[in-house]
Amino acid sequence: MARSQPLGSKAPRSSSPRPRPRGSLRDTLLSYAFLAPALILLTLFTFYPLAYGSYLGFTEYGGARFAQGLAPKWIGLENFRTLAADPLFLTALGNSVKYLVIVPVLQLASLSVAVLVNKNLPGMAFFRAAYYIPVVTSISLAAVMWDWVYNKEGTLNWALGAVHLIAQGNFFGWLNNENTAFWAVMLVTFWRGFGYYMVLYLAGLQSIPAELEEAAVLDGASAWKRFWNITVPLMKPTILLCSLLSTIAALRVLEEVLVLTNGGPLNSTYTALMYVYSKAFQGFNFDYGLASAAGLVVAVVALLLSVANFRLFRESDGGET
Amino acid sequence: MSLVVRAPAQTAAPRRRNVKLGRIVLRYAILLSVLVFAIFPFLWTLAIALTDKTAGGSIYNFPASLFPKAITLHNFVDVYRTFSLGKYVWNSISITGMTIIGTLLVSALAAYPLARFRFPGKGLIFAVIIATLVLPGETTFIVNTLTLKKMGLLGTHLGVVLPTVAAAFGIFLMRQAFLSIPQALLEAARLDGAGELTILTRIMLPLSVPSLAALGIFTLVGTWNAYFWPMLALSGAPDAVPLSVAVLKLKGQFNYDPFNIAAGSIIMMLPVLLVFLAAQRLFMRGMEGAVK
Repeated sequence: MARSQPLGSKAPRSSSPRPRPRGSLRDTLLSYAFLAPALILLTLFTFYPLAYGSYLGFTEYGGARFAQGLAPKWIGLENFRTLAADPLFLTALGNSVKYLVIVPVLQLASLSVAVLVNKNLPGMAFFRAAYYIPVVTSISLAAVMWDWVYNKEGTLNWALGAVHLIAQGNFFGWLNNENTAFWAVMLVTFWRGFGYYMVLYLAGLQSIPAELEEAAVLDGASAWKRFWNITVPLMKPTILLCSLLSTIAALRVLEEVLVLTNGGPLNSTYTALMYVYSKAFQGFNFDYGLASAAGLVVAVVALLLSVANFRLFRESDGGET
Repeated sequence: MSLVVRAPAQTAAPRRRNVKLGRIVLRYAILLSVLVFAIFPFLWTLAIALTDKTAGGSIYNFPASLFPKAITLHNFVDVYRTFSLGKYVWNSISITGMTIIGTLLVSALAAYPLARFRFPGKGLIFAVIIATLVLPGETTFIVNTLTLKKMGLLGTHLGVVLPTVAAAFGIFLMRQAFLSIPQALLEAARLDGAGELTILTRIMLPLSVPSLAALGIFTLVGTWNAYFWPMLALSGAPDAVPLSVAVLKLKGQFNYDPFNIAAGSIIMMLPVLLVFLAAQRLFMRGMEGAVK
């Protein structure tokens, strides 16, 4: 892990500067003056909304009440009861949990691709860079481009037709079909994500000492055995980090859904954050209280899944040794 | 064991070489198919954008539409004029420019005392800033729109920019850069009677140019591509939206002219693609840095 980074972390060890003999009151005042813009902005746009948003979850706010300029009204757990009884929210939450199937697939794929490009063969730098391009692509561009791919007359149907997986007459729009839309949206998430995780895995792979691999080769271990017995165990911290990141990202999927299907068809792609967004901003009955409550539920589920992820990895660690 | 392996080595050597060659071919085959998956949408969009639409033919006429015969730049001119794309390009530049300047300024200012001063509350403030990286912000966008509305900034570029400029990533990055600058340099400047602001602008910032550039480039790509927040904050001001939001509006309104949409998409993608290609290593290393 001691590879050089260009991001300025040249000597983080020489961190704490020696205390200067200057008056510490002056230092304190100066420090807070320099920190003021950041602290004010963080308070106003990060900490306050976190606190106030959580509070709103327990209130009735929005709609007529908001239009009349009335303050939020405390209603306790009422919003959560409404959510528990709202089939749309349950669908949304279910879809968000179902979205998690992307995590193992995405991680396995990006780890495998990282292993493939982590070799000194010509062209590898090119592949790495090209795979990263979807990561730096705007979601709106992805929407434009994938819409054409998924179109009834698009390239996906054409390609599947060319290999006789679908007959010409049975072509359909992948995003308009309630059986496929969910997976089609997920493929776009996958497309935008695998280059990102590949680079993270690449960093982990390059920190594995080459001697270990060489010793295993001398012992006659197959590539597959080397992967499972050397690479995977040593990559555990990276795998944990990546699956944690992608678990949380999968739970928070919103933009893809918004730009590709807007939750449809028949709510098949409606996710939990889509619910939060649309309750607060779509249509005329915007309900900040209910939307905030839904946001809180998502936040708690995200937190629980993070903890579960940690547990899972620690247990499998104990099982192997 | 090793004897058994070594005994047939003479005859097995060429076969093993074949196996090795086969593995390499297989590796490239897999990498190429992943490559098609990764960049096909871009190539097709480029092909559509360059197609001469006056020659007739549909974008869905495969595989002909993937390799346009008559190439033209007319679509770019057309989309620029008919959809007044210049306005949206300018909006993107304005939002991105303000965000970069604001982020660099706020991050550098905040990072300086965190790296170089001792003061009560330092540990707490740093922890609080880092905590924003993991706090679940599922509802922040709701309250932020309400706040901006109260401030009269909803629907303005400043309103889009303000909530995004104070970010833990930038502050952390600049702090690391400042920590690596020798303390002796600062002491010398102080002996010469330089004020802290002078030290920051004359010594710290010039010596941190690589980190500032990295932060600027990351911010540029992130802001230029951002969709959800600008869409929300500017939903009442359709003329103020950046390209990322406008492109989808165009798609909704003018779906019958995919050639222009494709050209608009390419115009939108170009700055980011150029920056990425120029600073590719930086990007990937920056991501790797996140693992540590």
